[in-house]
This record gives sequence, structure tokens and C-alpha cells, in this order.
Amino acid sequence: MQTLDLLQLNKAVTVKSLSPNGVTSKLVDMGLYPGKTVEVVFKAPFGGPIAIDLDGYTLSLRIDEASLVEVE
Amino acid sequence: MKISLVGNPNSGKTSLFNQLTGLNQKIGNFPGVTVDKKSGKLKRSDSEIEILDLPGIYSLYPKTQDEKVVYDLLRDKTHKDYPDRIVVVVDASNLERNLLLFTQVLDLGVPVTMALNMTDVADKKGLVIDIEKLSEVLGGIDILPIVARTGKGINELIDHLIENKPAKTAEPFLGGEFDKGQFLIDDPEVRKERVENRYKKIRQVLSFVVKQKTLPKSLINRHRAVDKILTHPFFGYVIFLGVLFVIFQAIYAWSEWPMDLIDTLFVSASAWVKDTLPEGMLTNLIAEGIIPGLGGVVIFIPQITLLFGFIFILEETGYMSRVVFILDRFMRPFGLNGRSVVPLISGVACAIPAIMATRTIDNWKERLITIMVTPLMSCSARLPVYTLLIALVVPDTMVAGFINLKGLVLLGLYLIGVVAALLAALAFKLFVKSRQKSFLVMELPLYKMPRWNNLIVTLWEKVRLFVFDAGKIIFSISIILWVLATFGPGDRIEEAVAKIPEPTKEEQVEEYEKEVSSVSLSNSYIGILGHAIEPAIKPLGYNWQIGIALITSFAAREVFVGSMATIYSVGEDFDDEATLLDRMRSEKIRGTQEPVYTFATGLSLMIFYAFAMQCMSTLAIVLRETKNWKYPFIQLVYMTALAYVAALITYQLLK
Repeated sequence: MQTLDLLQLNKAVTVKSLSPNGVTSKLVDMGLYPGKTVEVVFKAPFGGPIAIDLDGYTLSLRIDEASLVEVE
Repeated sequence: MKISLVGNPNSGKTSLFNQLTGLNQKIGNFPGVTVDKKSGKLKRSDSEIEILDLPGIYSLYPKTQDEKVVYDLLRDKTHKDYPDRIVVVVDASNLERNLLLFTQVLDLGVPVTMALNMTDVADKKGLVIDIEKLSEVLGGIDILPIVARTGKGINELIDHLIENKPAKTAEPFLGGEFDKGQFLIDDPEVRKERVENRYKKIRQVLSFVVKQKTLPKSLINRHRAVDKILTHPFFGYVIFLGVLFVIFQAIYAWSEWPMDLIDTLFVSASAWVKDTLPEGMLTNLIAEGIIPGLGGVVIFIPQITLLFGFIFILEETGYMSRVVFILDRFMRPFGLNGRSVVPLISGVACAIPAIMATRTIDNWKERLITIMVTPLMSCSARLPVYTLLIALVVPDTMVAGFINLKGLVLLGLYLIGVVAALLAALAFKLFVKSRQKSFLVMELPLYKMPRWNNLIVTLWEKVRLFVFDAGKIIFSISIILWVLATFGPGDRIEEAVAKIPEPTKEEQVEEYEKEVSSVSLSNSYIGILGHAIEPAIKPLGYNWQIGIALITSFAAREVFVGSMATIYSVGEDFDDEATLLDRMRSEKIRGTQEPVYTFATGLSLMIFYAFAMQCMSTLAIVLRETKNWKYPFIQLVYMTALAYVAALITYQLLK
């Protein structure tokens, strides 16, 4: 099992599931839902947020939030 | 007729609103929340068509305060702002995510029009959208392609809105969720599932409607290359500091002459009133209370305008979200958010626009903490106080041979503000309770050039808001202060003045008048107050005159220099600090040869001014932004207590 926070840069993966948490539904609203293809495109320095590509738009989220997203 | 504008943040909704209404806008409030309600009349419409610009949202299910406002409005058909038609602004270059909100709104059953915006960006991304087909799959709704930034397609949209064609009653996109305008699902888990299902259906639709041309990623790749530089572990921060440096240089350099001009204008207006109107209380009230009170409001306008102008440019270009992105990591330990950086930095110029800028923080707790600590940043109004006191008590020596001690003290005062703000944030983090989870899920929009007409509309709005809302309060307090400084109990002032020997020679008249104003002040309500608080401020190294300056400074700290000048009876030479400096230097403690302004007293005063909440305008803005008396009150108490304790320690250690 791999989560989005541990993913290396520029590797396209598919979202498998999202662990339930207060912020999960926000992620879904933003278009990050199971079945979606995502890719980590750049990261903030020193363990800050990461930026992912969602169909050509860039979404940033914190590592904590990214760890809720299981990918394959 | 009422039309609501709904759309994602960054979808160009505000640009469209400005295009539809021009400067003909008004800002109100939704009851009980801090979100502004912007509305305006539709251009060219004879009939009354009112456009309501709702906050940018991603989904009808609320996660942030902005979303809650839209939720509360659209859930309640009896709401006085419930729309007759909804225009959903849809970003064509981001169709999937934007259609989530669109289809949710469609299912409410209110007549709906899609303003398909940013068709130019979609084009550059190589997306070909079959608008007819999209309309067909969505049940025949009206889709109008526009480019809100340039105004393309706006006339057609206005025609369409004036025509007000009855909407087709389409089948819901996804039934059983918003039928007949009701929000049928309450369970957050089920809501989430619904959103997922909706997305799946949207994807199917899009596979028929959107074709991707070749070379799809070149535009995005160019933007990502810029992202890599601006979020680089080294260059990202260097660029950020460079941008800050340029902004502050510009604010100080460009606001100086208009502020001087405003100052001069109001001073001469006061003088003119005194010379022209018949002598009396009313004239004094106008010349010494009302005009300086108005001046105290107007003088902030240049800085507010410049600061908001720069912030607007940073936001419109998309740079601001990258700053938030690289600084979030450093703000979180303090209970703040990456988005708190903007207000904290702006606070060095002026806390008022800085606090207005906290609205971008979604999380209420983080926003509140940011509001509470921002005034600890040393604003430009503290600068004259620091300058005077440093000149008075800090010796002109060099540290390590080349660093000027005066400059070092000044730098230290700014640093102490930053440290205090972060530590206070840490303390508030423990006390402020919130069930709302902190998160930072944020779109990083494509970079774009700012639109100057949007800049003008935004600045006009902010300045107007400040002048009317905060202005009312500053103005009233100024009048109250004037009354307290002019009147005393009973005949106390008259009796004290009568004891001063009348001038016998011509050259003594000026001296006599100074003596009269000094004695009058000493026996006025505020003078009595100064004497009354003397025991409390004595341990800080202050006497009653400083006490008066402290009290008057609670309206605005820059009053300090003026109050000192009045108290030490230097009369008209308000701006001649040398004269004031000499008087203050020669001031001795009663009955001794000890000077009042020692290094310890001076430094203690500087520390006091660095921490104390002495700005009515800030308190007024905090009240306006938090809509609760409690918060400005807490802020006043904690900052003043902090100032008192810190000044006490400073004086006791140094004396």
C-alpha cells in the first residue's frame, strides 16, 4: 500500500481510496477521488505541502492530508 | 429580479461581476458572519436586475465560511436574497472540477445559465469543447462562452439576462440529492459518496464533449517551470524576500508625500477654521476635534491603497498562493497558517489593511489568531515615537566599531515585534478552541497578468470600506478625546488659569499662552486622569505628563509626539522635534536634579509602545472583521498587559 505523501515526483498513479477524515470530503470536492489519475509535480521545501497534477490543474495539500490518499 | 453569481474561486467570477456591474456595487454583510455581500445593478438594464456576487466555492456542501454562506442562502427559499436565476461561472480550462458545482446548482431547479469562462485558456491548453453537445447532455441549459478578463461575450450575456427566457425544466443531473431545491442529504459520508458519483458521471459526459488536441501539456509545463523556481528551497525564499523588500521600499517612498500633503491640508484647514469662524467652543470643536479626527482617518488612505494594490497584484498573478505554499511549514507550529504570512508582513506598514487581508484564511481559529497577533508587528505609526525616544535617550556610540547603536535599537524594536507576535500566537493556540480541523487544500492557479480595471474596483472598495466603517469610530473617539482634554470638573481650569500672572510686556504674551494651555491640560479631565494613573506608571519610570501622552495615544500612537509637544508647552512647534527634545532632556524629576528621561525610562517607553494596543482604528477593524466585541477587548487587554509587564521589567532592570 502506498500513499500520496510518499510518492516520488512525476510518477502518474491512480487514486485507490481515501481514509475517512474531516478533510477527505474537501479533497473529493476538489476532484481528488478514487479512480482519478494523479501525479506529484513539485514539493515545498522542508516537509511543507506538495503540489499534485489533477487533469491539468495544480492542487496543493499538506503531507498529513496526502497521507490519507492511497494510490496504486 | 435577483440574479446570483456562483462559481469556483479563481474561475473569474469577480472579473465577471465587475464586467456586469461596473463601479455600481455595494457591499453589505450576510447576517452574523464575516463574509461580505457584494451586489450591484446589471448594466444596461432598465428593469431592476440585481446581481449578487456570492463567495467563490467548490461545492454546495460547506467546508469553509464562504461555502456556508452560499449553503445557507440556497437552502432557504424564503431567504430575502434567494435568486430568481443563478449564473454559474465555469472555468472552461478546468471543466471537470467546475462542473461538480454546476451540476449541483442545476439540480436545485432554479433557472440556471452557464457562463463558460476562460475559453481562451482552454484553447491554449488544447481543449476543444463542443458547447452544443454539453448543453444537450445537461438538459438544454443556456451556455454562453465568455472571457471575463477581456470582456469578450459579456454583451451577449447581458442581453441574455435581460431577455430572461424561462428555463427549461431539465431532469436532475443526479436525482435524489437537491430535488425541488431541497438539500436532501445530511450525512457527510453519503454526501461524499454523492460527490464521487457526480464526478463519475461528469467524466462520462466530458468524454463525449471535450477533445484534447495534440501538444496538450506545453502551457502547463511552462507554468510548472516557473513554479519550480518560485518554490525552490533557496531561490524561492530569496525571491520572496526580494519581493517584500521592494514592496516596503515602495510603500514608504510613495506614501510619504501624500501623507505629508494630507497632514498639511488638515493642519491648514484647522488653522483656517480658527481664523475665520468666530471664537468659541464650536469653532474649537471643529478645529481641534473634528478636523484632526477626520485627518486621522484620511491619513491612512495612501498606505492602505498602496498595500492593497501590491497584495492585489500578488494575488491576481497567482504568486501569493506560492508564498503560502512555501511558508505554511513554518507557520503551523505557531497555530498559524501559510496564509497568515500576508497579514503579518502587511502589519509592518499598517495593521488595518493587514487585518482586512486575513479573510483569505479559511480556518476560523487560524484567522482569529492571525488577527489577534498582527498588531504586535511594529507598524509605521510607531516609527515617529521610536525616532523621538531613540534620539532622546540612546547615546550616539558605535557597537563593534561600525554598527550605530541607535540603528541597532530600532532594528531590535522591529524584531521584538515579530518574536512577540509568534509567541502570542503560540499562547492563543492553547486558548482558542476549534472543532474545525486545520487544513491547507488549495488550488495553485495558473500565472496571469493582473487586470487593471479589477485593481481599481478592488482598491475603491477597500478604501471606501475603511473610510466609512473604521472612520466613524475613529472620528467619534477623536471628539471624545478633545472634550476630555478641553473640559475639567467645575471651574477647576478657570481657577488654575487665574493663578498664572498676567503678562505685562508684549514679549511675555506667547509665554503666557503656552503656560495657560499647559495648566488647562493639567486640570482637564484627561490631565486629572494622567495624575490619577501616575502611581500605576511610576514603576515603569513615567510621570503624569507621560501618563497623559499614554492615554491620548490610545486613540492612535502617533499622537504621542503631538501630546508631548502640547504637554511641554512648545506650542506651535509641533514638528520641530529639536525644541521638544531640548525641553524633554532638561526635564527634571520634581525637587531633584535627576533627569526624567533616562535611558531606562526611554527604553521602557519604547517597549511599551512596541507592545501596547494604542490604535482605535485597529480595534474598530478587528470588531468589524470578527463581529464580536470580545475580540478587540481581549486584544486591548492582553497587549496592554504585555506592554505594562515588559516595560516594568525593562525599567526595573535598567534603572
